[in-house]
Amino acid sequence: MTINTSEAVTPAGRPAGIPLDEGFLRPPSRLEKALGPEWARLIRGIFTNPLSVIGLIIVTGFIVVGLLAPVLAPPPKPGANPYQIPRDGFLPEPKPPGTPWVKNAPYYVPAWYSLTGNEEWVHLLGTTGGQYDIWYALIWGTRTALLAGTAVVVASATIGILVGSVAGYFGGLVDEMLMRILEIFVVFPSLVAVLVLSSILVPIFGRSLWPAMIALIVFGWMGYARLLRGDILSNKQRDYVMAARASGAKDTHIILKHVLPNAMFPTLVFLSLDMGSIVLSFAALSFLGVGVEPGYADWGQIVSFARNYIVSLDTFWYVIVFPAIALLLYGLGWNLLGDAMRDILDPKLRGKIG
Amino acid sequence: MTTYIIRRLLIMPITLMGVTFLIFAMMQILGPVERSALYVRDVPKTENQINAIIQRYGLADPVHLQYWYWLVGRRDPQTDEVVGGILRGDLGFSRTGREPVIEMLQRRFPATLELALWSMIPIIVGGIWMGIKAALNHNKPIDQISRIFATLGWSIPTFVLGLLLLLVFYARLGWFAPGRLSTQFALEVTRPGFTQYTKMMTVDALLNLRIDIFLDALNHMVMPIITLAVIQWALLLRVTRSSMLEEMRQDYVRTARSKGLRERTVVNRHIRRNALIPVVTIAGATLAGLMNGVVVTETIFNYPGLGQMAAEAAVTLDVITMLGFALFNGILFIGAYLIVDILYVVIDPRIRLS
Repeated sequence: MTINTSEAVTPAGRPAGIPLDEGFLRPPSRLEKALGPEWARLIRGIFTNPLSVIGLIIVTGFIVVGLLAPVLAPPPKPGANPYQIPRDGFLPEPKPPGTPWVKNAPYYVPAWYSLTGNEEWVHLLGTTGGQYDIWYALIWGTRTALLAGTAVVVASATIGILVGSVAGYFGGLVDEMLMRILEIFVVFPSLVAVLVLSSILVPIFGRSLWPAMIALIVFGWMGYARLLRGDILSNKQRDYVMAARASGAKDTHIILKHVLPNAMFPTLVFLSLDMGSIVLSFAALSFLGVGVEPGYADWGQIVSFARNYIVSLDTFWYVIVFPAIALLLYGLGWNLLGDAMRDILDPKLRGKIG
Repeated sequence: MTTYIIRRLLIMPITLMGVTFLIFAMMQILGPVERSALYVRDVPKTENQINAIIQRYGLADPVHLQYWYWLVGRRDPQTDEVVGGILRGDLGFSRTGREPVIEMLQRRFPATLELALWSMIPIIVGGIWMGIKAALNHNKPIDQISRIFATLGWSIPTFVLGLLLLLVFYARLGWFAPGRLSTQFALEVTRPGFTQYTKMMTVDALLNLRIDIFLDALNHMVMPIITLAVIQWALLLRVTRSSMLEEMRQDYVRTARSKGLRERTVVNRHIRRNALIPVVTIAGATLAGLMNGVVVTETIFNYPGLGQMAAEAAVTLDVITMLGFALFNGILFIGAYLIVDILYVVIDPRIRLS
């Protein structure tokens, strides 16, 4: 006997009257065969939503810039520390875009440079206070942002996943204690906490990437832990975990092989949004002056130079506008990607998008 | 509901104690010389001085004893006076402010509170209004535009937005000024004719019937308020929008429509009232976001509040002030989250009546 479904649940494209077992299930696509249905939906969703395509293009663009940094902005000497922004003299006043580069110019002129219409190195985006080249700082700052951001996100995600899965899986007293500890960390507004801790760590590690990175990790794992704990609590009672336990699997095996993979997608969304926000916090710390040492290629620091020219920003607009574009695009890219993934994976919105 | 509130009230002291543990632990990262700033105003220089101070204030005692001294104070063996003790309100002496930390917090908090309260108006009104509009025009241009706007606002770092506002509204147009008051009024408010009731400039100006000072103070707050609002809008918009969309699909909405109610009544009396309940949950996050934003905003706009104090202290690595600021935030937000959580269960009829 065939099941007659009402018109309301008939999926689009299926002519009425065809039995469910023939028409309802379409054969899996090649993408689905290769990656499984969840990944396939995620990837198809990302590539069909215009906003996430923009996000993907921006993020890819930054990764390419980061990879090509030695070609886009060669250091002044072949073996020089590339993260040290070259200074063209020491004059305090910024110079506008297009000013010839006199001292400490990159040691060779790459092939692409003729596209800018110059034969010798000029300050493409001008210099900021103290004659730091803005173009160079933005290019190598991309690397700093990507590397520091990835390191912080991976470390906080690892800690968070560990705490969250232990709390969620074991429950009871363990859960209670871990959650009480977590609550202590979430009480503080994030930037406040990170600012306090990194200002304490600066005397120990010196002015480098470390104080800010450690502080961001120490106060950055809670989101992942909460996410994973919630997910595990809801998945724990599912049949597949029961089945695994009934078949005698160990706790670690169940967590690693069954529970974690199922909790991966929400974490991925959070990861993407975190990639954007971590770099913004990082830049904010640099801006406030508890980040890297002066002259280190870092977006926040470049913006902080602009503070000295607040009154004359009308003349020196380029000291803020170009770094602002870089920071805005970076945050936007990850946020668009994360937002799109959230919409695709959110079961409440499922079927509406993609 | 009562059980939940009782449980929540019982957890509060535990969290509070945890916060003191965390701050104390951060303090232990420092050496005894830096920690001595809790008790003495001048940093000891010679070896003998250092040793004397460590002896006198028990800075080398076992950790649990030191925690106790830090909490309730310690009897100075030489003068027989009790020194320190956060419970006695002694948070140490601020190097940057050249005054006790507690006095600095008390003096600067009203300015920050004033800024935060004013920012709440555009944040709440604008964010909720945009969220409702977006949901009612789901997937139409208004929805898309407001989402793009929110994502942009969310992605732009506070300090970049602040500097761009300065560039446009101060350097170029000259409409709004940074700082707190114009020079002509700054002196006047300290004279006997002007009573500072609340230390909040706009409120005091109104109480003294000085509309000119009120408008001047408000003019100085326009740029910080915009900065804080643009960044907070995204969260509020997103939560309001998704909550509205959820409620719009509920059965009671269909019932209301089928009763023949006008669309406006359905939206205002039925959907919106229920949709705004979950919005309360993010009140805590919004407050925390405001505090994060305030640190950067006050620094950029030279507004003499807590945030500016923290940023200055962070740059000069004035750890005692930073820890005082952290403690203040910890207490403030434990209280704020408690109120938000209780408010939520009280206003949600589904929880209240269960």
